[in-house]
Amino acid sequence: MLQPLDPLIAIAGGLLIGTAAALLLLMSGRIAGVSGMLARATGIADSGPTRAEAAAFVVGLPLGALLVSGFLRVPQVLVTSSVPLLLFGGLLVGFGTRLGNGCTSGHGVCGMARLSPRSLAATVTFMYAGFMLVAVSRHMIGG
Amino acid sequence: MRHILAALIIGIIFGAGLTLSDMVNPARVLAFLDFFGDWDPALAYVLGASLLPSAIAYLIAGRMGRPILHTAFHIPENRVIDRQLLMGGAIFGIGWGLVGYCPGPALAGLVLGAWQTWVFAGAMLAGMWFHSVADLSVFRHGSIDLRS
Repeated sequence: MLQPLDPLIAIAGGLLIGTAAALLLLMSGRIAGVSGMLARATGIADSGPTRAEAAAFVVGLPLGALLVSGFLRVPQVLVTSSVPLLLFGGLLVGFGTRLGNGCTSGHGVCGMARLSPRSLAATVTFMYAGFMLVAVSRHMIGG
Repeated sequence: MRHILAALIIGIIFGAGLTLSDMVNPARVLAFLDFFGDWDPALAYVLGASLLPSAIAYLIAGRMGRPILHTAFHIPENRVIDRQLLMGGAIFGIGWGLVGYCPGPALAGLVLGAWQTWVFAGAMLAGMWFHSVADLSVFRHGSIDLRS
């Protein structure tokens, strides 16, 4: 079962995420988009920040997770998907974020903050798709 | 060297935020997407709060000639809403709604003890790679140009 989360903790986490996006912009002049950074770090994308910078950012993500779970708050990680679903979902997320040039961070956190019409359109689209998918899978198919 | 260290520290802050706010928990994300069920608003708080520092930074950046560690800003200037953007968003949203992971939490969550995260992240990388080698012409037709 999902434990309730204090809204203040959610807001504090959101402020940290936004602060990271702000720092990357002001320090390095880049959009903090995780899908783009991962593609760049692995060499799948051939433009963007230097591979070393992208790799450092990507490696930082799990390090930040370790810090918080070690010193602040152990998060609940509840994955209910089967292996075929994990594989299929992962493929869609990887392909889709490259095709659409961004994910929740690049379009959601960074793009919406600068009122980019492309990012607003992308965010509305993936949110709508996510809401519809869950509505159908949980309430119509009955899963 | 300074810019690599900066990227590492910024990644750590980002991952810390995702973990503190429980976005590394797919069940939390799916509960947000489950609007007709037992809806959980946490993701809305997180995304809403993240926009504040992010927006302030864009306002500051507009008054700076260049970022602190580099010679130029690299902010996308493309304003064309095309089929690739919308199809990409829809495909991503379907995968997101199936499992509850998007790229940031899938990477931050690798060290949080669920083996499923590794399966998802591996498939996600494969999907990214497939995009780089696939014939994408089917996605290229039709666009709305907001410049006109």
